Amino acid sequence: MPTVRIVVTLKPGVLDAQGQAIRQGLHALGFDEVAEVRVGRYLEIDLPEGWSRERVDAMCDQLLAHPLIEQYTIGAGGNPGTGAEAPGPAGRSEARRGTGPRGKGKEARA
Amino acid sequence: MKFGVVTFPGSNCDRDCLHVAEHVLRLPAHPIWYAHRVLPPEVDCVILPGGFAYGDYLRAGAIAATAPIMPAIREFAGRGGPVLGICNGFQVLVESGLLPGAMLRNRSLRFICTYVHVRVESVNTPFTASCRPGQVLRLPIAHAEGNYYVPPPLLEDLRARGQIVFRYCDPDGGATPDANPNGALDGIAGVCNTRGNVVGLMPHPERCSEAILGSEDGRIIFESALRHAAAAGAAAVSAR
Repeated sequence: MPTVRIVVTLKPGVLDAQGQAIRQGLHALGFDEVAEVRVGRYLEIDLPEGWSRERVDAMCDQLLAHPLIEQYTIGAGGNPGTGAEAPGPAGRSEARRGTGPRGKGKEARA
Repeated sequence: MKFGVVTFPGSNCDRDCLHVAEHVLRLPAHPIWYAHRVLPPEVDCVILPGGFAYGDYLRAGAIAATAPIMPAIREFAGRGGPVLGICNGFQVLVESGLLPGAMLRNRSLRFICTYVHVRVESVNTPFTASCRPGQVLRLPIAHAEGNYYVPPPLLEDLRARGQIVFRYCDPDGGATPDANPNGALDGIAGVCNTRGNVVGLMPHPERCSEAILGSEDGRIIFESALRHAAAAGAAAVSAR
């Protein structure tokens, strides 16, 4: 059963207060080379063989990521998120801007 | 006029809202269970209360937005029914798409529990109809994710359509950066949908509707709903 790995992060430009605090902590420990830290969420989803990329996108758009503030990457097999080593059935994974409607409640995101 | 108050697993202000309706306004109120698929037919105003629905897992309000009762609430709101989301209830409305925007962690990363002042920016909603434009209310907040955010183009839309209902302010009504407790964009403490019948706010009016609690400023939110319902009822009668 393939495991699909999803990484959700805040979009560029959206304030990541946790990331800023972690960067501050790393600087305090002497890791001065750290320019920026972004905090995200990592999910593993077990799906049947031949899983649909389209449906995983829909899961992200409708629940796993908030389209206004978050973006996500979908990967399968080896490394989470990058998808470079083990592309999903629909091809390589890529950062999505998640602009689609959430399928429920049209107004808010219009 | 009957309020309905939804209880999700993890709601913890549902009893407070029922208390205000029943013992302060002396109106009947119905608890609504999250796992039901229909609203009690006699309910004519729905409140989504504060708390930590589904433990705030994933994002605050995100799982609650998928709860069995939500399609019925969406349908009720679609018919123009007044819906109020308080704190976690506001987060649920945002996550369900009934209100625009998203909630980020507070700028300070801290859970903030304190009294704040908010300015009423729109009186064209069922929950602010009894307020004066610009009226300053002293209300408590208690949240970790109340840093309201919308992308800049959408903020312009909210302003243009009068969808900003409350902004954090100082005691004199000045919406200054210092008066903004959580970093919310434009100091936004509450918004409504385009129609105005769905309202969400981070402060807790149900926690300050009696003098014994230190402030009665919250009561006007519920009284507004009452007045709005009376006006709607009168309009319905005269239309017959």
